[in-house]
Amino acid sequence: MSTRIFGEPIPRREDPRLLSGQGRYLDDLGHGALAAAFVRSPHAHARIVDIDVSDALEVEGLVAIYTHEDLPGQVGHPLPLLIPHPTLTQARTPYPLAKDEVNHVGEAIVMVVATDRYLAEDACQRIRVDYDFLPPVVGIEQSRAADLLVHDDVPDNVSAHMLQEVGDAPAAIDAAPHRLHLDLDIERSASMPMEGKGVYARWDADDRSLRVYTSTQASTSVRAAIAARLGLPLDRVEVVAPDVGGGFGVKIMHPWPEEVLVPWASITLGREVTWAEDRREHFVSSAHERAQQHQVDVGFDDDGRLLGLDVTFWHDNGAYTPYGIIVPIVTSTQLLGPYKPGAYRVEFFSLYTNTVLVTPYRGAGRPQGCFVMERTMDAIAAYLGLDRTTVRERNFIQPEEMPYDHGLVFQDGRPLVYDSGDYPATLEKLKKLVGWDEFEVFREQARADGRRVGIGIGCYVEGTGPGPYEGGFVKVETDGTVIVATGLTSQGQGHQTAFAQVVAEELGVPVDKVVVTTGDTRRFKYAVGTFASRAAVMSGNAVALATRKVREKALRIAGDALEADPADLEIVDGVVQVKGTPGATIPLSTVAVLSNPLRYAFDEETKRATQFAAPADVDKPPIEEGGEPGLEATAYYSPPRSTFANGMHAAIVETDPETAEIKILRYCVVHDCGTLINPRIVEGQIHGGVAQGVGGALYERMVYDESGQLLNASYMDFLMPYATEVPNIEIDHLETPSPLNPLGLKGAGEAGVIPGSAVLSSAIEDAEGIRITRMPISPSELYHLRQKESTTR
Amino acid sequence: MTAAEQRHEVRLTVNGVPRRAVVPARRLLSDFLRHDLRLTGTHVGCEHGVCGACTVLVDGRAMRSCLQFAVSVDGAEVTTVEGCLRPDGSLGPVQQAFQDCHGLQCGFCTPGFVTTITAYLDDRPDDHPDPNAEEAREAIAGNLCRCTGYQNIVAAVQRAAEIRRADRAEASQ
Repeated sequence: MSTRIFGEPIPRREDPRLLSGQGRYLDDLGHGALAAAFVRSPHAHARIVDIDVSDALEVEGLVAIYTHEDLPGQVGHPLPLLIPHPTLTQARTPYPLAKDEVNHVGEAIVMVVATDRYLAEDACQRIRVDYDFLPPVVGIEQSRAADLLVHDDVPDNVSAHMLQEVGDAPAAIDAAPHRLHLDLDIERSASMPMEGKGVYARWDADDRSLRVYTSTQASTSVRAAIAARLGLPLDRVEVVAPDVGGGFGVKIMHPWPEEVLVPWASITLGREVTWAEDRREHFVSSAHERAQQHQVDVGFDDDGRLLGLDVTFWHDNGAYTPYGIIVPIVTSTQLLGPYKPGAYRVEFFSLYTNTVLVTPYRGAGRPQGCFVMERTMDAIAAYLGLDRTTVRERNFIQPEEMPYDHGLVFQDGRPLVYDSGDYPATLEKLKKLVGWDEFEVFREQARADGRRVGIGIGCYVEGTGPGPYEGGFVKVETDGTVIVATGLTSQGQGHQTAFAQVVAEELGVPVDKVVVTTGDTRRFKYAVGTFASRAAVMSGNAVALATRKVREKALRIAGDALEADPADLEIVDGVVQVKGTPGATIPLSTVAVLSNPLRYAFDEETKRATQFAAPADVDKPPIEEGGEPGLEATAYYSPPRSTFANGMHAAIVETDPETAEIKILRYCVVHDCGTLINPRIVEGQIHGGVAQGVGGALYERMVYDESGQLLNASYMDFLMPYATEVPNIEIDHLETPSPLNPLGLKGAGEAGVIPGSAVLSSAIEDAEGIRITRMPISPSELYHLRQKESTTR
Repeated sequence: MTAAEQRHEVRLTVNGVPRRAVVPARRLLSDFLRHDLRLTGTHVGCEHGVCGACTVLVDGRAMRSCLQFAVSVDGAEVTTVEGCLRPDGSLGPVQQAFQDCHGLQCGFCTPGFVTTITAYLDDRPDDHPDPNAEEAREAIAGNLCRCTGYQNIVAAVQRAAEIRRADRAEASQ
């Protein structure tokens, strides 16, 4: 085997293109296409009385105006419920263009198509919509009160009510020596990729075929949805995810109204049509996440061991539930982290509000669950006067207890069984990295200088790589290039590099010979999508399995050519050779030629595969029975259940005694995502996750007023961290390979964000000596907490 | 029909090449570059000057192309990310540094960082030949990135300065 490429921090193959301005993002395509723009509701809850477009008809360059009434059949119907669940008894999904009623600011009502976007927006401004106002329901408390309803026919605003129990938690808590009750809240945030959504459609009337480019995390499923909605045969629809400028979850939701409407308009008008979401549209018409209120009752023994845990929470699902209730299901199961809860009872209510709908944002309910569990651990430690890490250690699932079955059903409908992980070792590494045991010395020094510092910790387990499956296609071309395709999409995870590393290692070719395509249904038709930290696990293993099939075939053909036993062959740097026999070699490119018996030659190389060129056994068919031409293979990886990554973060913060400004002095991460394909890419994923965790803990929130207006729907007012807000991140790895898949991989995409609010609330509480029960927390909120604390003392 | 918009000729030099187009007065420089000149390397992230993805160099100074009209830069010299390559078409110092340091993930904000850092390092006469980590962080503090957590972008600023110093040393020999 040549130099190992799997596991190496090689530079990314996609970078030169992206760095030189040659990326092809959605709005870089479709020069000359017609542009769509939308009239969106300025009101959170209203009936549509009238839509008057007459003024808009005057606009130069106007091509078409569409309202709900113009959409035929399926096109105008409510969008699909993507993930049904038995407890989601009151699912409601939006119409692509609102029919009669709007349920949040930003809901699309009218689509305008014009010769360019400026003119389309001109026309939008001239369209008058008359409304009858309805009282909006904003926030979890108002929704719980249910004095007002979002949907008339949904009692109590509850879309879903779910309960899972293992043992009798209330009884265990009642019988426990110690009990605590906690109320813990998290506010809304959002994925907020730098590139918004966008769709570009071209209908070929002659070919009766549709090609759609969309900035999505799930192109194969968008394809199926478009075909179904528009009544097209599936094989007449192609969907391509071009370069995607970040996703973080919001682009796994599909089909968005625009993904149905823009292709439909393209077919209807016989013209190319494009739409690129602007930033304000993204704030008010994409998706948010995170808002939940939790009540915890916990019973524990004198050592801090959990005996019973009872959690009830309320999840704000916004105006509609097209993505189902995945987020609260994830919270309810992943809340447990690395711990054995004793008896466990978890119940949630998913609630409608007249706000932007909620779908997964990186972490997808885990940051809330982690916050709840870790706040509980800190509360137990404080109550018993124990070190916070001691309480955690005593509750850890031990490595020898793996696989560990929690007795619950996870978000993939499979049992919640942890496959592997060494939590005590992770904690040990983290304590060493951050200097946990030496912190009191630092605190004393800081205190002597009039400074206030605190340390916090957050532990999590993340179910990654859920099924059902992904596939990989690998083909060795006759020039030696290795073509790889997988159906899931990329939004910056470096798949073109990481999957190339897998293939190069498995096949024995230089990595720069491997070319990877993702998210293009022309190249690979069966896929699920990029979410839940699953791409490396799912497609990484699928391309590895496909490569193994290609390798086996290559060795068989080369064995015939070299008159050697395939078992004696190896592939090094793209050349098949007999082990220990210099000179007996054949390049993979030639094997590729030989793999495809030809009648016609078209260059020197292909002559070798023609029917008079080589001696052949004339009694056998040129392609063996059951065989296929070409040095290529397709394989699928379908796991029995998710694999569980884990990690622990610690942070040291300083709070200003006067202004309550919160500064992160150190941020340390120990992370275990099994075997690493490319450590540099994994670290990049952690960095980005931590930045979003810091944002979610200290800065980001969606500020709705009582009338349902999103007051901070811009980058000026929604405070995403700049470089000055993100601390230096220190990382150490542990590699506990997953026993569930051939490469031992676990997902890494979401991990960094999960414990952000947990670890920073822990650190701020430690610095201040004030209970922190709501995140995010701003300096002014901390200041007011101090004032409240000093008056109640 | 509303009256057709009055259109204006805009002539400017982009990445060393004279370019012209006739556009309405309200055409943003970002849209002008992307859609009229088809230089789509310049990206639009927020359209109100906060994210910095659309940053280009106008007469050598980093500016947000989403906050200017194309007609307002008539006659100017504009450099976009496409113009930050070396003359032979290979990656320029800042671009190379981003690859070396894994300073990009989805790549959408990256062009704005590349131009911003190019201006920072070339900020004559107050040159920044050798920024420390804190200075490097400050240099990029006006640009948003949602993927990287900025760790490797800070490193890329320092790496770019290093490549430039090596280039200069080579040129002076």
